[in-house]
Amino acid sequence: MKSRISRKPIDPAKALESVMDEDAGGVVLFVGTIRNQTNGKKVKGLEYEVYRRMAEREIAKLEEGIRKRWPVKSIRLVHREGKLEVGEVSVVVAVSAVHREEAFEAAWYAIDRIKESFPIWKREKFRGGRYAWAKGNPIQNYPVSAPAMREPQASSRGTVHRRKRSLVEA
Amino acid sequence: MIRVKMIYFAQAREAAGTKGEEFSLDKQSSVKTALSKAFEAHPKLRPLEKSIKVALNEEITQEDARLKEGDRVALLPPVVGG
Repeated sequence: MKSRISRKPIDPAKALESVMDEDAGGVVLFVGTIRNQTNGKKVKGLEYEVYRRMAEREIAKLEEGIRKRWPVKSIRLVHREGKLEVGEVSVVVAVSAVHREEAFEAAWYAIDRIKESFPIWKREKFRGGRYAWAKGNPIQNYPVSAPAMREPQASSRGTVHRRKRSLVEA
Repeated sequence: MIRVKMIYFAQAREAAGTKGEEFSLDKQSSVKTALSKAFEAHPKLRPLEKSIKVALNEEITQEDARLKEGDRVALLPPVVGG
């Protein structure tokens, strides 16, 4: 079984390659990267701390739940651990499915869960080498059968997604 | 007596000043007993008490769960991945 937590740089192309499937008509690749600022403050880098043993297991469970919920052909999630520079890849979600709708929905669901459901902590490095823990939320471990998406919020993301959903349902 | 492994992450690791340690506890001790001992040993952990979730052998657990020899009790501050 391939590891889902990586101490080395993640190659998104490899993750993409690993989910390619001749039965799939759509593949979605989401790549999360380290931004150069947070709340208007310049960020110099990041450090992820991971409870590896638990995260590996929980991510495997999420993948399994997603496979049961959507007709996904293949799914691969990889999250970084350790020190990262601005611009580096922090997380990759690759999903192949028969149709694009399921691939988008499953990938969207997976990245939302990665934000809130795994024992991962993030320290941001600011100018002068000062580190601060990014604000988190108590770990949420609800089953994958729970509603796929949180209610669209007043953000561009929610709007885009709602539009996507209505297309799917139409 | 039983021995359990305490594991601290992120802010909890910093507050405890260690990544982990072993506690000897009475048989039939609960997660709560282990937590009380941790807070006693590391008073700096106390402000985190309300926000922390606890994992027993890598599964989120409740304070009344019973412990056995070799269990791993991890203190998990609020998380954020991605």
